[in-house]
Amino acid sequence: MDIPLLIHLAYLIAAILFIVGIKLLGRPSTARRGNTLSAAAMFIAIVATLLNQQVLSYTEIAVTVLVASTIGIYAARKVAMTAMPEMIALLNGFGGLASALVSTSEYWRMTQEGDFEAIHSAVGISMALSIVIGAVTFSGSMVAFGKLRGLVSGKSVTFRGQQVLNALLLCVAIACSVMLVVHPETHTWVLSLLGVALVLGILAVIPIGGADMPVVIALLNSYTGIAAAATGFVLNNHMLIITGALVGAAGLILTQIMCKAMNRSLISVVLGGFGQTTSSAEAEANDIVVKEIGTEESAMLFDSVSSVIIVPGYGMAVAQAQHAVRELAELLEERGVSVRFAIHPVAGRMPGHMNVLLAEANIPYDKLVEMERINDEFASTDIALVIGANDVVNPAAKTNPNSPIFGMPVLHVENAQTVIVCKRGMSAGYAGIENELFGYPNCLMLFGDAKATITEVVNELADHHQR
Amino acid sequence: MTTDTLLILLYIFVLAGFVGFELISKVPPTLHTPLLSATNAIAGITIVGALLASGTLGWSISKLLGIAALFLATLNVVSGYVVTDRMLRMFKRKK
Repeated sequence: MDIPLLIHLAYLIAAILFIVGIKLLGRPSTARRGNTLSAAAMFIAIVATLLNQQVLSYTEIAVTVLVASTIGIYAARKVAMTAMPEMIALLNGFGGLASALVSTSEYWRMTQEGDFEAIHSAVGISMALSIVIGAVTFSGSMVAFGKLRGLVSGKSVTFRGQQVLNALLLCVAIACSVMLVVHPETHTWVLSLLGVALVLGILAVIPIGGADMPVVIALLNSYTGIAAAATGFVLNNHMLIITGALVGAAGLILTQIMCKAMNRSLISVVLGGFGQTTSSAEAEANDIVVKEIGTEESAMLFDSVSSVIIVPGYGMAVAQAQHAVRELAELLEERGVSVRFAIHPVAGRMPGHMNVLLAEANIPYDKLVEMERINDEFASTDIALVIGANDVVNPAAKTNPNSPIFGMPVLHVENAQTVIVCKRGMSAGYAGIENELFGYPNCLMLFGDAKATITEVVNELADHHQR
Repeated sequence: MTTDTLLILLYIFVLAGFVGFELISKVPPTLHTPLLSATNAIAGITIVGALLASGTLGWSISKLLGIAALFLATLNVVSGYVVTDRMLRMFKRKK
């Protein structure tokens, strides 16, 4: 059998394995196998590519892959689970830039060999697309990374004429693309295209507020896929197109889910401007009178209940309180109390982030219940314990049409007999909005560091029982 | 590229996109983060292009760009798969 045919067959097998792998990733019991399968697919694709006649010198490849793999494995092992959104944003950016560079490299090879004819066609258009999408993904992801890390303001940064400027840049990018296809011999166009796309990526993400970051990460993920597919058009490589399209579609679906969870349209997320405290909400905050509660009283309350729903938020993970929370849950369960965790779709900093953080603390995933399935059950629950969550339990989303989060689906914790909110202080949530829940008659505030406070409650509760 | 080739590639792109929609639409929220990081690693498939671009003989701008792409794509692929596996290993059912 000749080698090109062999390579094509290997690519076909890889494509099949990618599809099966993604399918298996959709169920918790098979997800790990799915990931391994798709890694195997990647390996097959890489080996098959090395057999290509175009690949003649292996030393540089071996060194590059070795160095990058070492850094990659080290970073992946070390990164904290709370920092997962940053990590994914960073890797997304790398993937996007890689696609843009591959296309730029192909452009340089073709122009050097005088193969201008090829660029005067769909290949040139695909090149421009891959460069634009890849570069936008890269600089956009870097801004998202900076925002999540706190290096760039997490608030929405907007200025007058921003949208006009973005539209203008997009027009310039299109013009550069056209010139690239028509006059490939002039390198100015490809370089301008890269530069304009990088600026466009920064400007596109900078107006998006911190609370909307999950949507942005999902969307940028979709872009990397599309950039890879565009590179596939440049190289006439079927497997790149299939795989890129799979990822592009997956990212789009996740984006849609995130938008629905936050009751935001994709358009308004992209245009930005979300995340400032409105003046009316601030005025109301002064009127909120809260009732404080201590750890001992909390333990007494927990001593006489039969059902508890815990509502964890990112604040819990920042305080590293997951393990204390698990102890509390186990202690209560030993006494026959029903304990469940209510997970808001955007709890944490990205889709499904809270589930990962709780899994890290050894909390079984079947204890975690989605918002739609648990919302009706708060009414028949003794205590709803809110730990480090704020916006996702804000009743203003249902009652106050002036609130910036009005219409966002929230957890109906206020329906529980008693709500205990464990929180560091009275500060606003990530979205920068005050929470009127704290002034409700059945709401008690347990102020303090989540880890220390919950540990104390656990100890008190254990003591109580022994006496 | 001839029109015929382009059409075939477009067919492949559109159909694969539909497969992607079908595959992902039923995934439970629990898995959204691992799914995002896994698809992120899969998007590193552009490594195939990077290998082709960096494997040419002799040094050229084209090759240097290829090596840069290879470095980034390898980071993306390796880190993405390892971190996804690390997350999925933690998911446990109740004993």
